Amino acid sequence: MAEQRRDRQSHLTSLTLGDPSVVLDTTLNAVFHTIIVFSLFLHFAGHNAPGGGFIAGLVAGAGLILRVITGRETLRSRIAIPPHLLLGAGVLLVTGTALTSLVLGNALLEHHTWELDIPVLGTAKTTSALPFDTGIYLVVVGVIAALIEALVAEPGAADAAESEEPG
Amino acid sequence: MIWVLVIHVVVAAVAAMLGSRLCARVFWVALIAPASTVVWAIAKASDAHDGTPIVQHRDWIPELGLDFRFVVDEFALMMLFIVGGIGVLVMAYASQYFDDEEGLGRFTALLTIFAGAMTGLVTADSLLMIFVFWELTSITSYGLIGFKDTKSAARGAATQALIITGAGGLALLAGLILLRISTDSSTLSGLESVEVGGTIASSAAVLILIGCFTKSAQVPFHGWLPGAMSAPTPVSAYLHSATMVKAGVFLVARLAPHLAELGPWRPMTLGFGLATMVWGGYRALRQTDLKLLLAYGTVSQLGMLVAVLGAGESKLLFAGTALLAAHAVFKASLFMVVGIVDHSTHTREISELSGLRRAMPVVAVTAAVGGASMAGIIGLAGFLAKEAAILGLLQSKIAGIDLATAVFVGASALTAAYTVRFLVGAFGDVPDVETPMHRPGVLLVAPAALLVIPTVVFGIADGWATTLVADASGALDDKAATFDLKLWPGITTAFVLSLLAVGGGLALYAIRRPIEQVQTRLGRDRDAADLFQDGLQGVLHGAARVVGVIQPGSLPLYLAVILVAVFTLPLLLILGDSGLPADRVFAESPLQTAVVGATMVAALLLALAQRRFAAVLLLGTVGLGSASLFVIQGAPDLALTQLLVETVSVAIYVFVLRHLTSRFKAPQLSGANLLRAGVAALVGTTVFLLTITVVADRTAEPVDAELTARSYSEADGSNVVNVTLVDFRGFDTVGEALVLVVAAVGVVALVRANRGSDGSDLGRPAASTEDAHG
Repeated sequence: MAEQRRDRQSHLTSLTLGDPSVVLDTTLNAVFHTIIVFSLFLHFAGHNAPGGGFIAGLVAGAGLILRVITGRETLRSRIAIPPHLLLGAGVLLVTGTALTSLVLGNALLEHHTWELDIPVLGTAKTTSALPFDTGIYLVVVGVIAALIEALVAEPGAADAAESEEPG
Repeated sequence: MIWVLVIHVVVAAVAAMLGSRLCARVFWVALIAPASTVVWAIAKASDAHDGTPIVQHRDWIPELGLDFRFVVDEFALMMLFIVGGIGVLVMAYASQYFDDEEGLGRFTALLTIFAGAMTGLVTADSLLMIFVFWELTSITSYGLIGFKDTKSAARGAATQALIITGAGGLALLAGLILLRISTDSSTLSGLESVEVGGTIASSAAVLILIGCFTKSAQVPFHGWLPGAMSAPTPVSAYLHSATMVKAGVFLVARLAPHLAELGPWRPMTLGFGLATMVWGGYRALRQTDLKLLLAYGTVSQLGMLVAVLGAGESKLLFAGTALLAAHAVFKASLFMVVGIVDHSTHTREISELSGLRRAMPVVAVTAAVGGASMAGIIGLAGFLAKEAAILGLLQSKIAGIDLATAVFVGASALTAAYTVRFLVGAFGDVPDVETPMHRPGVLLVAPAALLVIPTVVFGIADGWATTLVADASGALDDKAATFDLKLWPGITTAFVLSLLAVGGGLALYAIRRPIEQVQTRLGRDRDAADLFQDGLQGVLHGAARVVGVIQPGSLPLYLAVILVAVFTLPLLLILGDSGLPADRVFAESPLQTAVVGATMVAALLLALAQRRFAAVLLLGTVGLGSASLFVIQGAPDLALTQLLVETVSVAIYVFVLRHLTSRFKAPQLSGANLLRAGVAALVGTTVFLLTITVVADRTAEPVDAELTARSYSEADGSNVVNVTLVDFRGFDTVGEALVLVVAAVGVVALVRANRGSDGSDLGRPAASTEDAHG
């Protein structure tokens, strides 16, 4: 029993407690933004190249996990946006896009394509599938964020749980 | 018509919003809605009298025959006057009946929506639309009966009413659908031009009648109506006497001309109707609560209406229409009187009421006129109607009608008896009792008294009454328009029977003491309400037992049952077939074999792993194996997705692991484990065989060629996987996104629930708790 307790303690220490590692934190902070940018790239590239909202959302979610295991800030500030907002916005975008085409008299989820001439950069092409895919992106990130928030209790709470256990 | 309904909805919304600010004055706002019905009916009255009904039509779901199609003929017009007119009076009455209390906005909104539903019900032509309005009245009635939602009696009564009328509504729906199948007509008006017959039509008739009987409180479904008396009196006066309970009667009247010739129809309407008439009257005779007395009286009268209108003969349709109108008017008035008495004296017990005759003479006269009309005293509308009904029964050629007539007259005697009981009980004197009271307000008395006017006017001016009733019933059956109502019919058999009924009633009242003793001696008879409660309890206990057996709460067991159920059948099919297909392919390249081999090793190690962390890593390895297979097959999107899912889930597993012990229970060779191994072997074998067989036995063209071809041309995307997700199969994606969200919410809730139960939630910081409320 005592051994098991120490086991659990050691897991806790390695994840959320203990001295923050400066090297780890700095690296992850740098990597985090790269990951988010990469996920956005995957997201926008998705319609014509490997990627898309689901994949990009998973990448961003993985980035979020990395950020969470750095120990310096509180959990909430590490996630930045409350998961339920992400989920809500995602569902709103997904259903909204689906219904918009219906309201406009087209079939459900019938998408429209626009071509934009942007000076210097050239022609960009985008479709109304993009907001739909963005909704998926947000839902996936939101789910991961919600799971993190639910499962990674604040150190204080985890401590309380530990100390209350008969040992 | 559609606009009248829109007005109801808008007024209901406004009333709901203004309820808390206006208090009881909110009823003046709500009054607009039934008033609009009346105004519309008056404006259109001349149009409808041409003999051609007013038809308004707007498509809703034409494929189902579910359309906003309203046909207003003279019968509907009469119902509109009843629904709208009594609605206006009830709203005015309610404005003084209620003190300023909580929830009036909601109450008023429900009452208004109910009025709208009733208006729609009596004018709708589409059979399914009738059902929609029908259910709407049930649902609003639930909220209205249960208005005093802090009282368990009110909640119970509301639930009972909802369950009984809701179950009847289902029967009605089935009946209407069968009727449509057998006649190929989705509208009421369409029934006129078709022959109705056959087994399907008969089944339809039975189901529809069951629906009507529950709604109109026929024995044995009548239990909810007396229970519904726990509703505020305006609701009782409006829903449970004048309108909603008439819905069943209304539908019987509408359908009787078309369906009465069907085998089960007349035995059911006459049998149940007369039984209800007698039972209601009998029960009314022993009530000491004025409102319950009236409620059982209403049950009795509804039975009479079903029996008379259900017969479907022109003469009886004519008489039934007269009864329907007369009953709506005097019963609403009588209920309002009970409300006034209750309001002024705070009691409805006969033994506690004394001296009210002198204290509120106008109310007493109102009640006397209404009661006399109910009992069938000459010179009042009730007499004309009942006289016509007896005449109709005497001249009818239906089998067994003589017995029915005798029962009818006997039950009418009961009616007269409980009417006297009601009047004497409310306004008579009880020795040594002085009832404390305050004077009722003008707005309480005026609506009740106003309803006396039509009772008297139409009772004396028999020519006007004849015109009205003949027009209305003529819309049901052309021949019905040829009959008339007579103030003085002369000394005929029918008149003698009428006198006999009233005289019998007085005699019954005279010997009330012995009757009460007999009723008491028969014991506390088990009424429908008890039967209902017992039945409900039985169902709940049975359900609890069944659930206890099939839901023991063991997740491994559920999983085993599901897996075995799903995989046994395919396995049997494959084994029973000729075995594996000849051109089976196990692997397309050595690389695949290598990857699969590694994956299998990982899976095997996973099953044997003793440390949880090792198990999680091995699980990730298995996932990576599949991802590698996708890479080999050239599916970057799938591989990427799989890779990321594995990564993220391993990380999340690690979060979970913190809360668990680091090792599994030591593995042992127990029966349960062997069983698990067996299930695993079954699933593994089946999936393997299934995959081999299915890939080799492909018959349909793969969709990928078509999707690839259409991807860029139609959806402007060259990544087929993504285009499929967001466009071709976009609707699936919507569903999946919602599933994800629900799953996330579920996980969060589960984790929090567990945390809360061992009390460790206390240490959680404010930020997270805030989130729980957000």
